[in-house]
Amino acid sequence: MDLISNLGLGFATAASPENLFFCLIGVILGTLIGVLPGIGATATIAMLLPITFQLEPVSSLIMLAGIYYGAQYGGSTTAILINMPGESSSAVTAIDGYQMARKGKAGTALAVAALGSFFAGSVATLLVALFAPPLTVVALKFGAAEYFSLMMLGLVSAIALAHGSILKALAMVVLGLLLGLVGDDLYTGTPRFTFGMPEFAGGLNFVALAVGVFGIAEILRNLEGEQDRTVLGTRLAGLFPSRADLKRMVAPMFRGTAIGSVLGILPGGGAVLASFASYTVEKRISKTPEEFGHGAIEGVAGPESANNAGAQTSFIPLLTLGIPANPVMALMIGAMIIQGIVPGPNVASEQPELFWGIIASMWIGNLMLVVLNLPLIGLWVKLLKVPYHILFPIIMAMCSIGVYSVNSNVYDLFTVAFFGLLGYGLIKLRCEPAPLLLGFVLGPMLEENLRRAMILGRGDPTVFVTRPISLLLLLLMVAVLVVVTLPSIRKKRDEVFTEAE
Amino acid sequence: MAFTTMRAGLAVAATLMATTALAQDYPDRSITMVVPFAAGGPTDTVARLVAERMSADLGQQIIVENVGGAGGTLGAGQVAAAEADGYTVLLHHIGMATSATLYRNLAYSPADGFAPVGLVTEVPMTIVARKDLEPADFPALMAYVKENADTITMANAGIGAASHLCGMLFMQAVDAPIVTVPYKGTGPAMTELIGGQIDLMCDQTTNTTEQIKGGTIKGYAVTTPARLDIFPDMPTVAEGGFPGLEVSVWHGLYAPAGTPPEAVDRLATALQAALADPGIATKLAELGTAPSPAADATPAALKAKLDGEIARWKPIIEAAGVYAD
Repeated sequence: MDLISNLGLGFATAASPENLFFCLIGVILGTLIGVLPGIGATATIAMLLPITFQLEPVSSLIMLAGIYYGAQYGGSTTAILINMPGESSSAVTAIDGYQMARKGKAGTALAVAALGSFFAGSVATLLVALFAPPLTVVALKFGAAEYFSLMMLGLVSAIALAHGSILKALAMVVLGLLLGLVGDDLYTGTPRFTFGMPEFAGGLNFVALAVGVFGIAEILRNLEGEQDRTVLGTRLAGLFPSRADLKRMVAPMFRGTAIGSVLGILPGGGAVLASFASYTVEKRISKTPEEFGHGAIEGVAGPESANNAGAQTSFIPLLTLGIPANPVMALMIGAMIIQGIVPGPNVASEQPELFWGIIASMWIGNLMLVVLNLPLIGLWVKLLKVPYHILFPIIMAMCSIGVYSVNSNVYDLFTVAFFGLLGYGLIKLRCEPAPLLLGFVLGPMLEENLRRAMILGRGDPTVFVTRPISLLLLLLMVAVLVVVTLPSIRKKRDEVFTEAE
Repeated sequence: MAFTTMRAGLAVAATLMATTALAQDYPDRSITMVVPFAAGGPTDTVARLVAERMSADLGQQIIVENVGGAGGTLGAGQVAAAEADGYTVLLHHIGMATSATLYRNLAYSPADGFAPVGLVTEVPMTIVARKDLEPADFPALMAYVKENADTITMANAGIGAASHLCGMLFMQAVDAPIVTVPYKGTGPAMTELIGGQIDLMCDQTTNTTEQIKGGTIKGYAVTTPARLDIFPDMPTVAEGGFPGLEVSVWHGLYAPAGTPPEAVDRLATALQAALADPGIATKLAELGTAPSPAADATPAALKAKLDGEIARWKPIIEAAGVYAD
């Protein structure tokens, strides 16, 4: 069995004391930066890149990978505790996770997130080991038309993210789409909505936007009144999930893992869609959809499993083709090149120790993370007891440092400030920030792929229905639309999308 | 083991620091090297390799700072406006020359805003296609593209990217309008080329070498005057009858205009020392490129290259009518 001997080689490599040590450093660093709001894995890996010069190639990549998936664990911590998602994938966790925290169930939410992530990480790692090459073939079948149809499906499903009025959710998606247009047009180079400032030519910074509309807005809201402020600190019942909680999280965990594994292999945006998609699915099939948005445990378990599974499978294009699926993977490629390994389709055969060592280390790293994180939950929850007038300036300072460190661009800080105020306004208007973020992330990809598909099809709009995968995705989208709009099931829809305030 | 290496490295660095400090006042503190692109990209990789060795020669740490955005003009603009004391430098590629035409309202002048230090490396480019494209060799490809101009598609990594510049030359060479499809960076473009969603691309060996070797894409020609060691069988564009397609992604090191000549010269010496390091040559060779010879790693050589390239690209970009602003 090739697989067994390969995995044997991988574990032998990953379990050497030196590599175990660097794996541990990686996941600890990842957890820490994930917990510090605003500082993402991208910025940290960029900062640590020079240090990896000194290490063996395998050790340095194991450490960098550890930072990446460690940050996925840590990122959900801030999303749950202070409504501050550091990465696009934890934006969904903030919806129900933060509500759980406000109800004094922060510990449960954190434990659910950690357990879900571990389960998903283990399954997805196995998938990478077993099916990396065939899965690559699937990813390569996705052209512009397929991506467009996938994004359409994602956007239509986004409306289900809202737990208020559908109209407001739609408005937020559209606002997000418009914000996503800021920057130079990819096809003509024409600047759009930049108001003549070259700093915005690259578009608005996602982290800055997310920290603004979620985190800063929440701080402003908390500062409104003493009553709200103390909610977090006073009731901290139930650190760990009860038996009933565990039972409720199993199915979402499985579904989230499946969704995340599939979407994670698509380069660009796949992993982002995963957590949104998982949330939509859970809310759709839940018997108690009215709980979503008010601290539904499924709304944490599903998306958290999905984003961690996606984080693992997004290594597939990197490992099998040498192509980065996201900015973090691009940095990993940089790290490999500096080490003298040029990533490409031959890495698995030419560097089996590296290839299988990284895969094995991902599982070991996930195990370390869950062992590390479960005991830490008590500590994180204690952080909430820090008086808010001390906590919030610290959060603001950390956010600013984190956001600035991504691009060393002061305008990103202006973005945080602006969107903090906008987010506060949205809270007052009872508009949800999650659909806005999804529109912001998917909008540019939707436009890019629509235009690319049309260019490649020489202006023939039938390309979207003549390609089988694209057609299938569009049919799914129509199905979702029908479910939402058909009068006969309108009653059911009302249950799904709105609750009595 | 890694720690012993690190400790040894520190000891060497400390000795070097002591000796150079006696020899000269500059530099007496750390230097910031601005890379106007994201960390992990090809330019960043070159910068970090060179910065590490230059630090050893200068006896001061060089800190690489990534200031990405707006096709490299944000980072370049920041260095142009920085204090001209030799403690802020810029490592930029061919985009320094093309930005002079691609951007019509820059706050600085690419030609006069900087004190060139020296050429660092010239990365060759390759003309590549999806692996099942019909033509057998480069001349056949050019004929095929001209004949099927209405169905052929060509990818690039966005306006002003090296692949876009080479694409403009390619279209000029085949003398037929082909549909170009911009992507956000080389990664997505390469994925679609491997997947056969698109026909052609021209990109740096940094990105194409392993894919060609792995047989996921087809390499037709290199854009250098001579064949490359890594691809002895791949013809040059001139051999195929298209010398006008010669292009390379050259990287240069700059200080802000007005930097004292002593500091510029000291930087040039350090750059030459770094480029002479066999370790750098090995790593650059894996990217399909080589360090610039000492004669090119000089202020005069970079100045000549920059001026020449600004003049070369101006009519090409204007003819294409594509601007990045």
